[in-house]
Amino acid sequence: MVTTDVLVVGGGPAGLAAAIELRRLGVPDVLVVDREPEAGGVPRHCAHTGYGVRDLRRVMGGPAYARHYRQAASAAGAVVRTQTTLTDWVGPWSGDSGPVQATLTSPTGIEAVQASAVLLATGCRERPRAARLVPGSRPAGVLTTGELQQRVYLHGERLTGRAIVVGAEHVSFSAMLTLAHAGADVVALVTEQRRHQSLAAFQLGARLIWRVPVWTETTVIEILGRERVSAVRLHDEQTETDRTVPCDMVVFSADWIPDSEQARLAGARMDPGSRGPIVDTALLTSLPRLFAAGNLVHAAETADIAALSGRHAARQMARFLATPADAASEPRTTVPVTVGPPLQWISPSVIRVPGPLPPRGRFVLRSKASRPASHLEVRQDGTLLHRERARLVPGRSVQLAAAWITRINPASGPIHVDAR
Amino acid sequence: MGSSAPSAAPVDALIIGAGVVGTAIARALAQYELSCTVAEAGNDVGTGTTKANTAILHSGFDAVPGSLESRLVRRGAELLRPYAAQAGIPLERTGALLIAWTPEQAAQLPEIEDKARANGYLAARQIPADQLYAREPHLGPGALAALEIPDESIICPWTTPLAYAIEAVQAGVRLELRTRMLAVALADGMHEVRTSKGLLRCRWLINAAGLESDHIDAMFGGSTFTIQPRRGELIVFDKLARPLVNTILLPVPTLQTKGVLVAPTVYGNVLLGPTAEDVPDRSDTATTAAGLSSLLDSGRRILPELVEEEVTATYAGLRAATEHRDYQIRIDAGRRYVCVGGIRSTGLTASLGIAEYVVEQLGAAGLTLKERGATVPPIMPYIGQAGTRPYQDPARIAADSAYGHIVCHCERVTRGEILDALAGPLPPADLDGLRRRTRAANGRCQGFYCGATVASLLRDRADVRSW
Repeated sequence: MVTTDVLVVGGGPAGLAAAIELRRLGVPDVLVVDREPEAGGVPRHCAHTGYGVRDLRRVMGGPAYARHYRQAASAAGAVVRTQTTLTDWVGPWSGDSGPVQATLTSPTGIEAVQASAVLLATGCRERPRAARLVPGSRPAGVLTTGELQQRVYLHGERLTGRAIVVGAEHVSFSAMLTLAHAGADVVALVTEQRRHQSLAAFQLGARLIWRVPVWTETTVIEILGRERVSAVRLHDEQTETDRTVPCDMVVFSADWIPDSEQARLAGARMDPGSRGPIVDTALLTSLPRLFAAGNLVHAAETADIAALSGRHAARQMARFLATPADAASEPRTTVPVTVGPPLQWISPSVIRVPGPLPPRGRFVLRSKASRPASHLEVRQDGTLLHRERARLVPGRSVQLAAAWITRINPASGPIHVDAR
Repeated sequence: MGSSAPSAAPVDALIIGAGVVGTAIARALAQYELSCTVAEAGNDVGTGTTKANTAILHSGFDAVPGSLESRLVRRGAELLRPYAAQAGIPLERTGALLIAWTPEQAAQLPEIEDKARANGYLAARQIPADQLYAREPHLGPGALAALEIPDESIICPWTTPLAYAIEAVQAGVRLELRTRMLAVALADGMHEVRTSKGLLRCRWLINAAGLESDHIDAMFGGSTFTIQPRRGELIVFDKLARPLVNTILLPVPTLQTKGVLVAPTVYGNVLLGPTAEDVPDRSDTATTAAGLSSLLDSGRRILPELVEEEVTATYAGLRAATEHRDYQIRIDAGRRYVCVGGIRSTGLTASLGIAEYVVEQLGAAGLTLKERGATVPPIMPYIGQAGTRPYQDPARIAADSAYGHIVCHCERVTRGEILDALAGPLPPADLDGLRRRTRAANGRCQGFYCGATVASLLRDRADVRSW
């Protein structure tokens, strides 16, 4: 039996940043488990730059960023165990029934672990083709950006042939670069949206440097091919016509979904919008001692925002660990935060009173529809608490300042956020 | 095995098709002093109708009473249950509930119960709505009553033909993969079978070619049936949906189709399907937008919470339907030819019964059956969810740390299991073959996390395609 103050599940930016902060705050035992051979999370296989801006105040590539966090976590005195999977929760979660017990599986065997608090930082992944219900045959050559990047950057695969990238978000352009780097020809990026959802510079670069067009208002309606992909059928919303485009690979990008299996199996309440566990402004889930941070609660933000979310959770966990048991189990006042269409979800979605501001003093939201010039309005019981300009683009991060939470009335019911 | 050129030496029996029926017959013939070859057009066993079905071990309660199918389904299930236990084939006796949603359907339940009795199945009983909802609390509103069939079970459709084939091969049967039968001629009292890999000669030819069985039957002058491929699309839901359902939920069948069911799988997922659509192309296993959306509509009525869960996979299978309502099993002693055609969705259940019946018929038709001692079922790697998998087994991990090294996180498949499959007696030819042997890359992420690592393990083997 391993006993630890904090068990961090997932050694990506959020988990490692949390471990570093917990140690900095003097929490003696911090154990991070990561199921991959090396900690670091998704940045390990993202070759592009732009990592570290908000959390480390510098700019670096993904692998270097992952390495930085691995080294910093070890230097801070956190124990990071790789190739280690949390395979079972042990014991009930109802009420505060003492430390959390779990089972860890690794090449060294099966071990019980007991933790005073647990941070879930299991991240997110892209929805694969099947989950998007894209019809057709099931040939080889259909994959997500995550798998593509690992094949190319972790396993050194060369790729040949023509590829179609589904999606036109930031990560879709990363998929395009990865394909080009590996030797494939990118035919086009296709998106159902009226315009791409990334930065104008990416789209311009794609067109001018790599000569890759972005086909907007276009849906993949069928995948063709027997053993290997031979083509995709595309539907053009504007002309209402279908066409067949030959290709050898289809990369499904973006459409992020939290890897929430452990949260579900623990019994945490889930947010139907984000599909991650519901967390309050302290990043505590609906279960005592179980916290959640990073892209598990907002899929997907950039790595630095995930790391800062982990750091925020660490501070709240350190406070929890320092609180006497009787005070910790006192009922807390919470106020739910809901969103109206086209807003899809908000994170955190519960305000804890009294309690901290959310990570970075901001809520994070997503919109289903494009509203370039919109306002976010925050109301409680009809009273306007806050109004802020917002540019809503599907798949793109929307931020909402949180200073107004000091002015809410815990007794006046839920907070509602609308886009006008 | 598969990669070598077919031998020209004549064999006593040549089986065309290594699906669940062909491999079961090969295993049955391996008990006798006979030489036997199985020729399969695909690159693995069980790649046709066998791999894409609803994975149910039927009790035979709803067969056509008095039919050969009714008899062989019952006998097959009786033989397959103990075989599965011996060979480690995942099998769970979940039972089924055949649910009436309308007064008309409720009125049919007594008839269906009578039919079950006529099929020799006596355990079916009707239950009222309150008991039904107590058993299946997540069921959609409006169910009126149900017929409980406690012996309907779920089984692994991938391990079953692999076990038969390995048992047969270890007893001396030759398995020729990627070997498509093209034509047959009679020479010196032997069948000379031209295949895509050369000539095969045999005394008896057994046609277990599934979707191609009518074409081969025509080569032997048969014209009594035509395969009308019936495509069934299915949706596999995330394992997190598994607690929503306890038993197989069946609809009341119509004359056209058995309808859309919801069933747990032995891998811990929930299956929704199949559709039933006659298609002209015998290889058209594509899913369609219309098919998937009609399944979601059905699912929403049967188990509303199910469609809120994530989809793990979608696929389509082709059933070898014919214009007849029974199996087309026929022996032609003069030509030394056996046709085992028109084996529809019950083939997995009936396989060992069919094989036993075919061997009896061969004996009656003059094939000398001299026993050489029973073969032993192989112990297959366990890929079910109900039992203990290698990652859960401390002794296994202590003996070899590769069983503690989880590579596929969604399905918890270890490096040890993948290496075992690649080094096994019947290794996979590609990623799909590895998926059927281990479940690797078959989970909710469909390779986002493990695809690249699994591909690198496959690439280490020159004869296996990593894509």
